Amino acid sequence: MRAIPLLFLTTAVLPAQMAVRATQLHLMTGDLKPIVNGVVLCGADGKIVKAGLASEVVIPEGWPVHEAAVVTPGLVDARSTAGMSGILNWDLRDQEQFEHSAPLQPELRAVDAFNGRDPLVQWLREFGVTTIHTGHAPGELISGQTMVLKTNVESVTKKEDVLNGFAGVAATLGSGSLKGEGKTPGTRAKSVAMLRADLIKAKAYVEKVAKAEADKKPDRDLHLEAMGAVLRREVPLIVTADRHHDIAAALRLSVEFGFRLVIDSGADVWMMAEEVKKAGVPVILHPTMARAAGDKENLTFGAAAKLQEAGIPFALQSGYEAYVPKTRVVLFEAGMAAAHGLAPEQALAACTIRAADLLGLKDRIGSLEPGKDADLALYDGDPLETTSHCIKVIIDGKVVSEVKR
Amino acid sequence: MKPIVFLVPTAVLAVAVLRAAVGETTETGGRQVGDGKPVVKVFAGARLHPVSSAPVDDGVLVVEDGKIKAAGARGAVVIPEGAEVIDCRGKVIIPGLVCTHSHIGGPSGGDMSGPIQPEARVLDSIDVRATSLPRARAGGLTTVNVMPGSGHLVSGQTVYLKLREGKTIEELALRNADGGVAGGLKMANGTNSIRSAPFPGTRGKSAALVRQSFLKARDYQKKVAAAGGDAAKLPDRDLGMETMVEVLEGKRVVHHHTHRADDILSVLRLREEFGFKVVLHHVSEAWKVADEIAAAGAGCSIILLDSPGGKLEARDFDLRNGAELEKRGVVTAVHTDDPVTDSRWLLRSAALAARGGMSREKALESVTLAGARLLGLEGRTGSLEAGKDADFVVLTGEPLSVYSRVEETWVEGKKVFDLERAEDRLMAEGGRGAGDAEISTTCCFSK
Repeated sequence: MRAIPLLFLTTAVLPAQMAVRATQLHLMTGDLKPIVNGVVLCGADGKIVKAGLASEVVIPEGWPVHEAAVVTPGLVDARSTAGMSGILNWDLRDQEQFEHSAPLQPELRAVDAFNGRDPLVQWLREFGVTTIHTGHAPGELISGQTMVLKTNVESVTKKEDVLNGFAGVAATLGSGSLKGEGKTPGTRAKSVAMLRADLIKAKAYVEKVAKAEADKKPDRDLHLEAMGAVLRREVPLIVTADRHHDIAAALRLSVEFGFRLVIDSGADVWMMAEEVKKAGVPVILHPTMARAAGDKENLTFGAAAKLQEAGIPFALQSGYEAYVPKTRVVLFEAGMAAAHGLAPEQALAACTIRAADLLGLKDRIGSLEPGKDADLALYDGDPLETTSHCIKVIIDGKVVSEVKR
Repeated sequence: MKPIVFLVPTAVLAVAVLRAAVGETTETGGRQVGDGKPVVKVFAGARLHPVSSAPVDDGVLVVEDGKIKAAGARGAVVIPEGAEVIDCRGKVIIPGLVCTHSHIGGPSGGDMSGPIQPEARVLDSIDVRATSLPRARAGGLTTVNVMPGSGHLVSGQTVYLKLREGKTIEELALRNADGGVAGGLKMANGTNSIRSAPFPGTRGKSAALVRQSFLKARDYQKKVAAAGGDAAKLPDRDLGMETMVEVLEGKRVVHHHTHRADDILSVLRLREEFGFKVVLHHVSEAWKVADEIAAAGAGCSIILLDSPGGKLEARDFDLRNGAELEKRGVVTAVHTDDPVTDSRWLLRSAALAARGGMSREKALESVTLAGARLLGLEGRTGSLEAGKDADFVVLTGEPLSVYSRVEETWVEGKKVFDLERAEDRLMAEGGRGAGDAEISTTCCFSK
């Protein structure tokens, strides 16, 4: 009788030692080039023990072996709203990515709204996405916070469930956050004025907190605390901006207040690569196949290649979708970036190691190196090719998907 | 040289005018033609996917007078003397793509005054100068069914376009043998057409309204027949009823938006009752009722999406739809629903169908010949066969590979897209001026 639950624990819950063998293994280290006939050893602690050429990495006897034509690190989606923007698209039911009651709400935490059981999270996981940077969506001046977690987390109950529970504050400049009918902000100038006023208020609050005696601290204010984290550079302000003048406004704000800026989407970034490069600002680039309309009307499929050429650090994302399909898959966006001038290894890097780096997690995820999380995606062919399939997904040394996608 | 604008409505005459135009102009190949003889172009050395037959390496495609004169393996095809031979070695040539469901050109059908508006024609609303048209050419599209949205039970008449270069919709619109504008009727069920009054609030009401409308059309049809051509006895003309009668008489195909299994079956039930020709569109849950679809003999125009969801009825969308329909022999096209999927990704959508288990042959057919069949245009486009319109696409590689690019798109023997031309490259890759200033409001895309 006791053997059954034990067996269950060993196979389904605890990570097992395992080996993964690939004809083409993308370690995503060094020059990012794949190696031929590679092996990754995953330890019982869910970490990578060893990774390299099959001739150099010996698979210990008795270890289960998973084989595939191509293996990459588990994919890292640098910006998603999965788990927040649910599959049904029903307001007040499964759409947690927006709270429209006020334009500035940095106090809204992603951890309090995430539903890891939403089918879209599973969908992404089955396509090899093992880590998502998710949270409040672009669409309000400040819509709330974002976080980073693995796609096998069904609900956030403890600190270890997330890689970073507070990854940034999401802001939107441009028509995406403008409102009509007498609501505010209604113009770009007003948007920036409101952001500046809020940052100035937060700065005063942060200074007051720092100077006050322990027993005379001002009342806690969740809003100002979150903005304070931005001002203290603990988290970036992730500004969704597509129009070049909105990107310029974001750069101006970051200079004035000294916060860490991440440009999100950035359809026009290719037009002002020099300025962005000079500012040292990373970009979470819009999906390659994003619709060329509205603020994104000038997007180009060659944007990723242009950013690469300009030496601007960037990652790819699935982004936020308001209708059908309810989410994109970052792997597909990488494939199309590769079809438009980005070297395939750079395209993969933009959804693995570069994305991990941009999110401050490159020591833990994004490449196949000893000590890192054993997150892997297995494919039956070139992962960037539309007709290939993701056939197996491993997170923290556990097989989490064996569906052919 | 700019193509000569022809306003003559029939396709036959249009070709005649085109022939005259070709005789007078310097073609892009640089060959001066002054003797009035039609130019013969031979595209040689490419891998040809005729779709109607097996692919051939080192193929030869002979184009004359806007038509395909011959297509096949080198040696098996006679290259006419004096023809302009274009070296296509290393390239892949496929038929021009057919998109069976698109909203390019910003079409609109009925307004918010009621759920059933068969009298509205998208023909009267399309902006042929919208950048969505050159973007579609950049994606290799040559034939498109432009539809009104799905926010009505009956939202209006669709139009089949050839993506010729032209300044008016008349230059692009295809014509039926009787000279009428070629197109179907857009219908929808499920949640998109469920709205506040005067629209239906439930599925039951939706079906009742549609049935009542068809019954009314039958009465109208009877009155017209009873008049026996006597003008005095004819009922007052009713544009909506005239259109519905065309549907009842099988002269106009119903293009029916439908997602959920029960909604799909509702369409088939209505079709059983009224006997119209129907193409099922989107068909997100096709995999659940593929047997019923096959038994009914209905064709499907499906969409391939990067994920399910966005609304309840698309929750169970599955990439296997194409494969499941193929297994049962259902004529299946893959469409873009541009702007849901940009026209430039139509070939990629076919590749997604292949990812979902459809054979590569059927996947390519789904965006070419199958689409032509569903639009009743298989006699003139959709495959590389002698006698068909010279609608074809030159690719850099295999059609379903993400790395392949459209280099040239030809419609009726004229090049309408060339990646080498800066203005065309802009449309292919994006950049300033390539997109739409406004986000589409086609139901129910924007939110």
